[in-house]
Amino acid sequence: MASETGIGASVLRKEDARFITGAGRYTDDLGQHGQTYAVFARSPHARAKIGSLDTAAAAATDGVVAVFTGADLQADGIGDLPCGWTVHSKDGEPMVVPPHPPIAVDRVNYVGEPYAVVIGETLEAAKNGAEALVADFEELPAVVDLASAASADQIHENVPNNQTYDWELGDKAATDEAFAKAAHVTSIDIVNNRLIPNAIEPRAALGEYDAAAGTYTLHTTSQNPHLERLVLAAFVNVAPEARLRVISPDVGGGFGSKIFVYAEETAVIWVAGKLRRPVKWRAERSESFLSDAHGRDHVTHAELALDGDGTFLGLRVKTIANMGAYLSTFASSVPTYLYGTLMAGQYKTPAIYVEVQSLFTNTAPVDAYRGAGRPEATYVVERIVETAARELGMDPAELRRRNFIEPGDFPYETPVALTYDTGDYEASLAKALDHADYAGFAARKAASEAAGMKRGIGFSCYIEACGLAPSQVAISLGAGVGLFEVGEVRVDVTGSVTVVTGSHSHGQSHETTFAQIISDKLGVPFENVTVLHGDTGRSDYALGTYGSRSLAVGGSAIIKATDKIIAKGCKIAAHMLEADAEQVSFEDGSFTVADSNQSLTFGEVAFSAYVPNNYPLEELEPGLSEKAFYDPPNFTYPAGAHICEVEVDPDTGVVRIDRFVAVDDFGHVVNPMIVEGQVHGGLAQGIGQALLEHGVYDDTGQLLSGSYMDYTMPRADDLPSFTVDTTVTPCTHNPLGVKGCGEAGAIGSTAAVMNAVTDALGVASVPMPATPETVWRAAQGGE
Amino acid sequence: MEISITVNGAAHQVDVPANTLLVEVLRERLGLTGTHVGCDTSQCGACVVHMDGDAVKSCTVLAGQAAGAEVTTIEGIGTPDDLHPMQAAFRQNHALQCGFCTPGMIMSAIDLVQKNDGDLDEAAVRDGLEGNLCRCTGYHNIVKAVLDAQQSMAAG
Amino acid sequence: MYSFNYHRPGTVDEAAGLMAEAEDGAYLSGGMTLIPTLKQRLASPSDVIDLSAVEGLEGVRDDGDTVSVGAMTRHATVAGSSAIPALAELAGRIGDAHVRNRGTIGGSIANSDPAADYPAAVVALDATVHTNKRSIAGGDFFQGLFETALEEGEVVTSVSFRKPSAAAYEKFPNPASRYAVVGVMVARCGGEVCVGVTGAGPCAFRATALEEALAADFSPGAADAATLDGSEFNADLHASAEFRAHLVGVLAKRAVARIA
Repeated sequence: MASETGIGASVLRKEDARFITGAGRYTDDLGQHGQTYAVFARSPHARAKIGSLDTAAAAATDGVVAVFTGADLQADGIGDLPCGWTVHSKDGEPMVVPPHPPIAVDRVNYVGEPYAVVIGETLEAAKNGAEALVADFEELPAVVDLASAASADQIHENVPNNQTYDWELGDKAATDEAFAKAAHVTSIDIVNNRLIPNAIEPRAALGEYDAAAGTYTLHTTSQNPHLERLVLAAFVNVAPEARLRVISPDVGGGFGSKIFVYAEETAVIWVAGKLRRPVKWRAERSESFLSDAHGRDHVTHAELALDGDGTFLGLRVKTIANMGAYLSTFASSVPTYLYGTLMAGQYKTPAIYVEVQSLFTNTAPVDAYRGAGRPEATYVVERIVETAARELGMDPAELRRRNFIEPGDFPYETPVALTYDTGDYEASLAKALDHADYAGFAARKAASEAAGMKRGIGFSCYIEACGLAPSQVAISLGAGVGLFEVGEVRVDVTGSVTVVTGSHSHGQSHETTFAQIISDKLGVPFENVTVLHGDTGRSDYALGTYGSRSLAVGGSAIIKATDKIIAKGCKIAAHMLEADAEQVSFEDGSFTVADSNQSLTFGEVAFSAYVPNNYPLEELEPGLSEKAFYDPPNFTYPAGAHICEVEVDPDTGVVRIDRFVAVDDFGHVVNPMIVEGQVHGGLAQGIGQALLEHGVYDDTGQLLSGSYMDYTMPRADDLPSFTVDTTVTPCTHNPLGVKGCGEAGAIGSTAAVMNAVTDALGVASVPMPATPETVWRAAQGGE
Repeated sequence: MEISITVNGAAHQVDVPANTLLVEVLRERLGLTGTHVGCDTSQCGACVVHMDGDAVKSCTVLAGQAAGAEVTTIEGIGTPDDLHPMQAAFRQNHALQCGFCTPGMIMSAIDLVQKNDGDLDEAAVRDGLEGNLCRCTGYHNIVKAVLDAQQSMAAG
Repeated sequence: MYSFNYHRPGTVDEAAGLMAEAEDGAYLSGGMTLIPTLKQRLASPSDVIDLSAVEGLEGVRDDGDTVSVGAMTRHATVAGSSAIPALAELAGRIGDAHVRNRGTIGGSIANSDPAADYPAAVVALDATVHTNKRSIAGGDFFQGLFETALEEGEVVTSVSFRKPSAAAYEKFPNPASRYAVVGVMVARCGGEVCVGVTGAGPCAFRATALEEALAADFSPGAADAATLDGSEFNADLHASAEFRAHLVGVLAKRAVARIA
């Protein structure tokens, strides 16, 4: 079993000391002598031609240093913001990509799109300058409604029907055949509501240029500084990677929205070079609402074919996905490879066919948000399964059980391209039912009804695919980047350890979790391990943090590097003890020669590595520092069962979550306290989607939910305390047997809540979010 | 405009334009960057400090309004070696992840506990924290931390 | 924020004098609306006249039949007062703890935000709004969306509320902003029933249909049965006019149930 600080222990976090004392260093906390301030002029229109743009008055404003337009960036060779995954349509053609200049040039395509950047000596001066810009917009009709976007005005010259691609996955003929022999078909029409990520730290950037060295340094709120650097270097053409350092200091939450490369930091780093002065930008929350990539936003029709016993025969899904006005960094992959591939869920559905048409609209770009495609897939699968159970008069738990992939079925190849390595879905469901006191539900429902309230229960047995992999497969499917991670373990002279990881932590607690791994594997005291992350100047090229991959992929890289450390330590120990390396083994922090009492501590070996006495240098280099790249052979497949019980006030439509149970299988768990925290946060976001959050545009493309006055963030009094537990089937293909826990809460919970709300009301469906008025209306109709 | 302000026990004179916010005085003039700015509509609570004994959103107080006031920020309540009971409870209960909302959350929570005589239950804590947004924790562990700190603050 | 001159007068007269001299002055009380408005550059006053140092504007005073609340009294202070429990309850549900520590009754009513809580009490408790120039009947004070009977430069100094024999405030908060989607105060003053509604219309109003129904039969059922014309009610992302009209009935019913 675990030591107090090793794998499996709920070790308190190293990160906390600075955060609870106000000593965190976020991008906006940094400043440079002589820095200027950037303010972006943003389009007030959803779709317009920029007839003319007069910058003279802005440039002449007191305290304004400079004004730059999209044309200025283009003239300097600054390229478009790219989309990193080329999805192919049914006909084999690659997706159609519209131009995406960082600063709009001739046209603006969503409210909030930047069309100029004003640099001031002070923030107020830059704002004054931005107000003095004279832009002559010729307004055009906005395309806002997703369902009709394909037949609306064409937004981009090179994109007919506003369609970037029309993608399919699965065997259409086999699926049609399954439906032909079905005893029952359940169909649903659902909308997966647009969400606005809202990390509490707004995006920010501080760009600097060292004229003497010709180097750029960008501090920014990025989940993956290497990706940021790669894009700025290779596509945007700011500078070669070697002259561009990107640092993500403390970052206040990401949830996907800080993966992407945005206009603002692109402009900031470029302007810093132009002006040879530091440039600082921090989004105001209103800007975040308008310009952070939004999430979800699907319209879906789905059908499930069942035989007379409730066995699933086939699933057909047709989805229209909203891309917003441009293709954000990974937008294309979210409704395809992270969505269609998940349609088997936890079930042995033999035939599945998924079609996804991705369309442009005059709204903010849409990209990955916590879960990214998998919450949308889970919502489809778990809503339709629950609906089928009700239509067939079956217990929804029982219908699921009947169709579960069983422990003996693994590895299990789904009809939608994935191979699940392991799982025990029944174990999680059974535990969740127990925690939820399913047996007592009927009595609780009766009590609620006696008090004039309605009560419902809903299930969601989700699966996710985390640690996107392997590189070879993803690249063959259109990914523009590899999917490995780097880990470096530097043993210091005195035996303490510095770990450098390419995974960035913005709440996930890498500094603690990775230190636990090292402490466990090398026997080094936890407090003597320091984890560095978030700096292209410190770590090798790496992919960063997204898709619940940090431990499964980044942690595995660290393990690989640790194995190399041990292997080399054995050689050093063998040299010191005059034994054969093969005879030396490492255990409990000591190198020991087999069948002898000769042994050396880890610290003694480390010291020797850096004070190499009489080393055979051809065979044994000094130093004890190793690096490894880990490219996973498969996704990991966390899965679990979520149960939500709600009480609904039919007079006001207010939904109160009475209890929420989440039992998840994340494989082995390094730090249970941290894992529970990740689940709690995910649940809040999933519940937020179901009941509260909605990014709403009016039909002219103005964002109506553009501030915390109208976008309903989950607050403490909206949520219950959660019951969270785990089951364990270790991942079979990574050294820690871990699966990833960052997104599960957001993936599983939404369907559970909506299943509970519809159960309470006795209606087939309620649109999300189930706001009071929506629920009140459904309650009227359902009676 | 010159104002006198006492922050974390130290008296300061600062000369700022009239359109300066208290949070800007703290962050930009006094270098106290533990107080954060997360929104522009006075909703998120990342900027909460204590002013003359009350929790206030420092993004919605003009520097002039704070003239003569005693202000306490996250930097003024404890140190890593001598944490305030609320800071200790946040750490002990894993009530923070990214840390951005944490200073405001802790300052709000301290005011909440101080203004209730040890009679906060879970519902009262949830209600009392409605002015602070957290996107990471789902509030579960924050609520636990505040209830724990209520005990330790009473004991201390 | 655009730049402005900041003043912190010590008396009402001084404040009014500064306002008279200002090109385009604005009074600042708690600042809970004005400061966010300034931050977003939606207002550009030449002078901001902070009333926080003006003498004699703070405190809750029980005058027997009435309760007087100084214009600069913070919501938290009213929430902790005992003279009119329903008023304390209302104040305790305004915004969040931080808003209640800064926001004032004078600032709230002078703004006449359609979704503010206090106006429901001003109309339901037949309040009198005292200014540096005159007294205004609560029923005449709110004149429309962000419009009051206040004249240019006039300063609210206090609000006196009639003490009801029983009253209750029910609020349906906007889930995002926590302002009132609808707020209803039901008050009995002797034989009279007053129902003040905020959130539903352009400004707070008395719901006469409900008052008549409740005067005849003070019961939740009577509140439920009364029909309200909601055709002119506010509509936004969070509630249609129809839903608001429905909520007025539900909240009135619940308020009545608590005091009947």
